[in-house]
Amino acid sequence: MTAKWIRCALGFLCLPMLQALNAAETDVLKAQQARVEVVQKVATSVVAIFSADGNGGGSGVLISADGYALSNYHVTSACGDFMKCGLNDGKLYDAVIVGIDPTGDVAVLKLLGRDDFPHATLGDSDALAVGDWTYAMGNPFLLATDFQPTVTAGIVSGLHRYQYPAGTLLEYTDCIQVDTSINPGNSGGPLFNAAGELVGINGRISVEKRGRVNVGAGYSISINQIKHFLDHLKGGHVVDHATLGATVRTGADRIVLIDSILEQSDAYRRGLREDDELVAFAGRPIGSVNQYKNILGIYPKGWSLPLVYRRDGKKQEIVVELRALHRASELKQPATPKAPRPQPKGKKGPEGPDGEGPATAKLPDEKLPDEYKKLFVKKTGYANYYFNQQEQQRVLRGLDSLQSWKAVSGKWKLTGKTVANEDFSLTMSETKLGLLLPNRPGLQPLENGADFLDEPPGSGGLLAALQQLKLLLTNGPEVFTEFSYVGSQPLDGRGASVDVLLTRKGGVETLWYFRKADATFVGFDSSLGTDVDACEIRFLQFGDFAGKKFPSRFTIRHGDADFATFDVLTMEVGPAAATEGAN
Amino acid sequence: MSTNFGRSRAALMRVALIIAGLNVFTANHSAFAQSSGETIASVSPKVVKIFGAGGGAKLHAYGTGFLVSDKGHIVTVWSHILDGDTVNVVLHDGRRFEGKVVGAEPPLDMAVLKIEAEGLPYFDLAQAAAAGPGTRVLAFSNAWKVATGDEPVTVMHGVISAKTTLAARRGAFESPYTGPIYVVDAITNNSGAAGGVLTTWDGRLLGMLGKELRNTQSNTWLNYVMPMSELKQTTEEIITGRFSRTKKDDPDEDSPGKPKLRRYEALDFGIVTIPDVVTRTPAYIDRILPGSQAEKVGLLPNDLILFVGEDLVQSCRMLRDELGRLEANDPLKVIVRRGDVLVSVEMVTPRKGEE
Repeated sequence: MTAKWIRCALGFLCLPMLQALNAAETDVLKAQQARVEVVQKVATSVVAIFSADGNGGGSGVLISADGYALSNYHVTSACGDFMKCGLNDGKLYDAVIVGIDPTGDVAVLKLLGRDDFPHATLGDSDALAVGDWTYAMGNPFLLATDFQPTVTAGIVSGLHRYQYPAGTLLEYTDCIQVDTSINPGNSGGPLFNAAGELVGINGRISVEKRGRVNVGAGYSISINQIKHFLDHLKGGHVVDHATLGATVRTGADRIVLIDSILEQSDAYRRGLREDDELVAFAGRPIGSVNQYKNILGIYPKGWSLPLVYRRDGKKQEIVVELRALHRASELKQPATPKAPRPQPKGKKGPEGPDGEGPATAKLPDEKLPDEYKKLFVKKTGYANYYFNQQEQQRVLRGLDSLQSWKAVSGKWKLTGKTVANEDFSLTMSETKLGLLLPNRPGLQPLENGADFLDEPPGSGGLLAALQQLKLLLTNGPEVFTEFSYVGSQPLDGRGASVDVLLTRKGGVETLWYFRKADATFVGFDSSLGTDVDACEIRFLQFGDFAGKKFPSRFTIRHGDADFATFDVLTMEVGPAAATEGAN
Repeated sequence: MSTNFGRSRAALMRVALIIAGLNVFTANHSAFAQSSGETIASVSPKVVKIFGAGGGAKLHAYGTGFLVSDKGHIVTVWSHILDGDTVNVVLHDGRRFEGKVVGAEPPLDMAVLKIEAEGLPYFDLAQAAAAGPGTRVLAFSNAWKVATGDEPVTVMHGVISAKTTLAARRGAFESPYTGPIYVVDAITNNSGAAGGVLTTWDGRLLGMLGKELRNTQSNTWLNYVMPMSELKQTTEEIITGRFSRTKKDDPDEDSPGKPKLRRYEALDFGIVTIPDVVTRTPAYIDRILPGSQAEKVGLLPNDLILFVGEDLVQSCRMLRDELGRLEANDPLKVIVRRGDVLVSVEMVTPRKGEE
């Protein structure tokens, strides 16, 4: 009786509630199902990284079908030039180091043997909000002998965190703080948002008295920072971060002031001075020194960024080119893989678990196939020069439409008008370069190792710059003493993203720009030295000159001023053209 | 009968679990994001970063507190950070104020600071809530000093695992607070996190994050939170100026034999130690107050205090902790080193009210 009564009462009380709960239960199950699906999908992109002999290890994540993967520098640096990578299909793949960022603790490697690797989709880390769900995946404590990644879930605890340099170079700027459990072995692994998009690379945790395990604060390098460096890294570089060439301090009312500035810096040449108030940098307002460091830390050297400063109540906007943060020698990569860091007895490898068993994976003892060995080329300043060569070839395809210039020798003679309706005449022979332009003529001898000069004066070396173009088009990159792929950057700080090639010859350094979207050759900067403003040439239009393509309209800029915009009307080339003229 | 009842109970439990499940796990991400986003936006500005005394490897000089009045009152933990005359209080918007301790209750491990600011967002103590195990919670603190200036404090998520009483220690020292606590499943109690807040998912204040302590039984690190119900009355009394260190709920505050809640300190015996400047400042006597017990038993400036009772005292801090554990009329044996000799003296803790 009593039991029946209770059941009746319960039924009576709970019926509407149960209905609501059934609906809610369905929602819970749906959400769970969705979560399971996201995890299953992205788990295929998670990489367990080991050194070739199975020592140490960490995590990584694939970002392209042809096998490019991201990890931490502190993981790959202990694993050698060739690594073994496990995916959740249970298979072990060979991988080669591509590029490293010792300052930002990022490495790019390439898994080999497939062109259909499952890979993660890059998300937008700036779209994260504190409280958002995240998943960290990887191989903490090297638990997964079958390479099934461990998944942990948590929330974003803080954004735009600045973590002071640990040791010499390493600095985490603008990073994502999560309470998602991150442990030794997770290093280099992905942080996903709830939708399964890659938003960060887990690399650092706060530790103190509780040992080297998660204590609720993990730090992830934002994917947006990595995007800035990705092409540099894919170019095989040991990449460097940047400095403005100025230090800042906090003034009264939390404004940030320029404390000191290098006179050699681009920022100084653009007009920035001590005691100027820094208002905005790279489009972000500056309210603290940390914010400034956060912004500076996410860009590679050589990038140009808009900067707003205030002096005497007046705001000025300039675009400044960033200088290298380190000297090349400071970033020097050890030629041979580092021995695993010494660990207490019974623990091997840099990411060894703390007393949780051996950190050595038993990997099949396979020799590296010969075809893979050629995928690594050692060169100073590079993690793997092979990939720089690959990128050089890719970007040079932007010159395909200008192929007809190849091996064309002899004099160039261009005539035309400036937009100010002045006549110009440009002659480029084997022995000298000359420009006839009202009030701004220029002459540059080429014989007897003559130095390149700022000719015409105030152009930053227009004649020298055009000579570089002539060399590139007629001789190809081999004619330069140095030729490399740099990476990508927004053209002039605010334009479309461009791939950058670098050449050096006879004291002239030239950066060549090719629009990433369609490989179009859009311009170049030639500098006559370091710490001087370049002569910047931007192509606005190409024309056809006797069957050959050439810029028919281009602007010339130096420092803060436009030098001229040329419209090329005629172009005579080489002895053949000269003969034709004589007839 | 009992079986049937059991089944009904099981059904009820299931219902309860589903309700809890809704709370405890994500019904869906967007619903969570909305509510937690709003909670975070409303709670974060009420939490402040505190910078004070300390520094060095093991004694961090930063902590957390939370605003509890529109007059700039801030509740935080009673700690070495407050040892100086003032502390720096940094608001969510980066504004920096000098904070002064207006009251402290060491047995509750709490203190109230005040900054000269009005109209700031604050927790209304009347709205403070209580919760049981299984409740989803958010923790806000400046753990690890990861936030400076106008950077928002750290937010963590978790679940209340248990309500119990605190039995914990730091090093060899028992926690002065032994009252009720929430234990949470997130690693909330880190360096600098003490004085932060625990709130419900919708932003109601549950309690104050405690210090980094170990469970006395299991020796494991504890993530505990002191419920606001324990702190509320003292906080209000300090704010209104009605607070005296002996609790108001003790009707017989002057009656002898009642344990005194106030901690004893060296000054109670007429001893002034040298300034406590480093983590392990040796407990040298700087001055002896005239007419004090210390003078009567013959302690002298430059004596180094080595033992209090049976315990070796290696620093001013340890001396303070040892003395703080004394009760009225306790005999106090102190051994000091004077030159090359050890000198032993005995004193008696003064009764409160005799000062």
